[in-house]
Amino acid sequence: MPEQTEAQVVLRLDQITKTFGALTANNAVSLALHKGEVIALLGENGAGKTTLMNILFGQYTADSGTVEVFGKPLPPGNPRAALEAGVGMVHQHFTLAENMTVLENVALGTQGLGAWRFDARAARARILALSSDFKLAVDPDARVGTLTVGERQRVEILKALYREARILILDEPTAVLTPQETDDLFETLRKAVALGLSIIFISHKLHEVMAISNRVVILRHGKVVHEGPIGETDKRDLAARMVGSEVSAPKVEPGTPGPAMLSLKAVSTPDRGAAPGLKALDLDLFAGQITGLAGVSGNGQAALADLIGGMQGPSAGALHLKGIAPQGWSPRTAVHAGIARIPEDRHKTGTIADFDLTENAILERYTDAPFSYKGWMYWRAAQDFARSVIERYDVRCPGPGTRIRLLSGGNMQKLILGRVLEGAPEIILANQPVRGLDIGAVNYVHSQLLAARDRGAAVLLISEDLDEIMALSDVIHVISEGRLSPPFARGTMSPTELGVWMAGQGFEEMAHAS
Amino acid sequence: MRLEPIANPSALRTLAPPALAISATVIVASLLAMAAGANPFAVLGEILKGAAGSQFALLETLNRATPLIFTGLAVAVAFRAKLWNIGAEAQLYAGALVTVVLGTGALGWPSAALIPTLIIASLLAGALLLLVPALLKVRLGVDEVVTTLLLNFIFLLFVSMLLEGPLKDPMGMGWPKSPRLIEEARLPRIIEGLRLHWGFGIALIAAVLVWVIQARTTLGYEMRAVGLSRDAARFAGIPVGLVLIKTALLSGGLAALAGFSEVAGLKGALTLDLSPGFGYTGIIVAMLALLNPLGVIAAALFVAGIFVGADSMSRALDVPTYLADIMLAKALLLMVLAILLTRFRVVRE
Repeated sequence: MPEQTEAQVVLRLDQITKTFGALTANNAVSLALHKGEVIALLGENGAGKTTLMNILFGQYTADSGTVEVFGKPLPPGNPRAALEAGVGMVHQHFTLAENMTVLENVALGTQGLGAWRFDARAARARILALSSDFKLAVDPDARVGTLTVGERQRVEILKALYREARILILDEPTAVLTPQETDDLFETLRKAVALGLSIIFISHKLHEVMAISNRVVILRHGKVVHEGPIGETDKRDLAARMVGSEVSAPKVEPGTPGPAMLSLKAVSTPDRGAAPGLKALDLDLFAGQITGLAGVSGNGQAALADLIGGMQGPSAGALHLKGIAPQGWSPRTAVHAGIARIPEDRHKTGTIADFDLTENAILERYTDAPFSYKGWMYWRAAQDFARSVIERYDVRCPGPGTRIRLLSGGNMQKLILGRVLEGAPEIILANQPVRGLDIGAVNYVHSQLLAARDRGAAVLLISEDLDEIMALSDVIHVISEGRLSPPFARGTMSPTELGVWMAGQGFEEMAHAS
Repeated sequence: MRLEPIANPSALRTLAPPALAISATVIVASLLAMAAGANPFAVLGEILKGAAGSQFALLETLNRATPLIFTGLAVAVAFRAKLWNIGAEAQLYAGALVTVVLGTGALGWPSAALIPTLIIASLLAGALLLLVPALLKVRLGVDEVVTTLLLNFIFLLFVSMLLEGPLKDPMGMGWPKSPRLIEEARLPRIIEGLRLHWGFGIALIAAVLVWVIQARTTLGYEMRAVGLSRDAARFAGIPVGLVLIKTALLSGGLAALAGFSEVAGLKGALTLDLSPGFGYTGIIVAMLALLNPLGVIAAALFVAGIFVGADSMSRALDVPTYLADIMLAKALLLMVLAILLTRFRVVRE
């Protein structure tokens, strides 16, 4: 990198190649990270970003190529070596023990086998020093199980810093964060860079890449297709290079509202631990409209999603479908009432990793004809259904007999979309439908939701991404501590005004007015 | 050395490790035989001869495999749904118990009516015995590993009490032994003149039925879904608790059939040494079979062959029969390792 020769190269990946069977995940990838630099690593799902980082961190061994940290070659395939050389990784899925405190989690594994007493006081002092140096606000004595996602991520970063990491690798760190938490994270990262650390930042969100990084490296099909300073590029250009062609977000025309398909009248649900339940909440979902639900994570979105998805009935109040209260309320009655459910966690609740595509495609409807009759499965019908979903929703996979764990997140989500949209549902519950997806998949999911709306479906879009809510929704509600704001029509509220409601203000005046 | 997951294992990688596991088992057994002062080839030869070297040996192996097929199926069915039934031993005795309670004269029916009645009664007894831990698990979250394991001891002591008391054979010279089944309650031989009873046939039928249930019915689909991901199953609307209860009923019933078939097909009466741990060996059988119901048949034959062969080898060469236990333990451990190797590759530093 001629423009940066004066800065020290702290990490050098040279000609890394890694194949899995017939798939070349990394093809002669080279990359140099300098001191005090943030490199954004961009690429669609399956482009080879995670594989590359796993090689660097010693989770995988490269077929060929070398890794150098601070000028010294790293022995391949040894996570401890990478750790000791000062490389810390914050995974997308956190690796914390929930029943232990922050202090215990951070210190876990840092003591030698010989040490037989744990110096908690020294550890706490170091954690407090690190959290003030890097602006990582977290209580060292809190149990990790009680922390929010944003706080857990801070613990993961603390863990790396505690082990004296000089190079931080963050795998899609903002995928699980609210806008506010993302801002906090960026502040921490800027502090870290100012203190001489170097960062590799993996993300799909282009405006974040533009905001935080100095240089961008784009992978496509395992190869570096672009590398350069962030100042010489823009979002459109990055997106095009990432997918290899021009991409455009679906154009959103306002919807034309029809009758109320689903109404909640003064519905309450019990609190679940730290997560609030719903508090006498009123909500109407109208046909032909996308209703956006904005809010900071953990303010009752899960309770509302569980209620509409049939996982939990209301403890007070009533749920009406087209004006009629349903008999009993379970996932099955919800599905049969024409509610398409796109769950928040497609890995844990949306699919069964070791089931194949056919078995996953019929998961909600296996008791119905034509998939089964009087307790007997009709696998041929199930396979035909899976094939039609694969074809119509462009699920990239070897075939309906593939185990779904081998699919990328985007393709998994397309299967779920197909599974729920094939029945032409009247109500769609889309809970974080694009979390962790790449741009191509995001646009695809959004265009499918818009198409369903134009067909007359009532869509509830729950998202922690305010940009997404504002772009798609015809009407926006804000949820805070289980209470719902009045509906705001498209374009009547600025992000700042919504942010005020998200912070819990405005609800009091609403209570006063009534 | 580290393990790295393999996305799509090749056919060779799937088949080679189990073959290697069995070969390694044989090698270890040879070394032990040498340590016992015998010629390893003679030992292996005698085991093979004892297990399948003659019509008598072969039938003996099939008879010994019969209860193992039932308990292996019971474990395979339960483990598939991640219901950890360690209590097949107790369920086996439950089946044996109702068989002697109803089959020693209480019901004076002809065979055609009595044997099906005994089968159904055994199924119910085993099912009910596992229903209790299953309900405790579903309703209160009590760990079924603990409850089913401990029930084994409780139930065995209960049977012991009955054999010393109300069920004791008055003509039994004081031994803790039940009266003999009436002739109508005995399982006939499959082929007249050959020492192989219909319990083996019923076991084969049961294996096929279990396979059909798992592969072709909604219940089988539910059991597999619940086993792989309770969260996803619950979200999809599968009644997880109910599926676990149904799994428990099926598993307990299958294990009880082992007790029925041992009493009605082989022993004719209930004693406390009816099962030399068939319930626990069922776990080995199910694991060797990778929880596949048809694989259970092969695994049960393998395990039974080693036991029967080791008995006759021991008589011929004076090498202790414990060699059989060691071989099975080795086979199980190596099989677990083999399963690991089909899914992961070892990476050297």
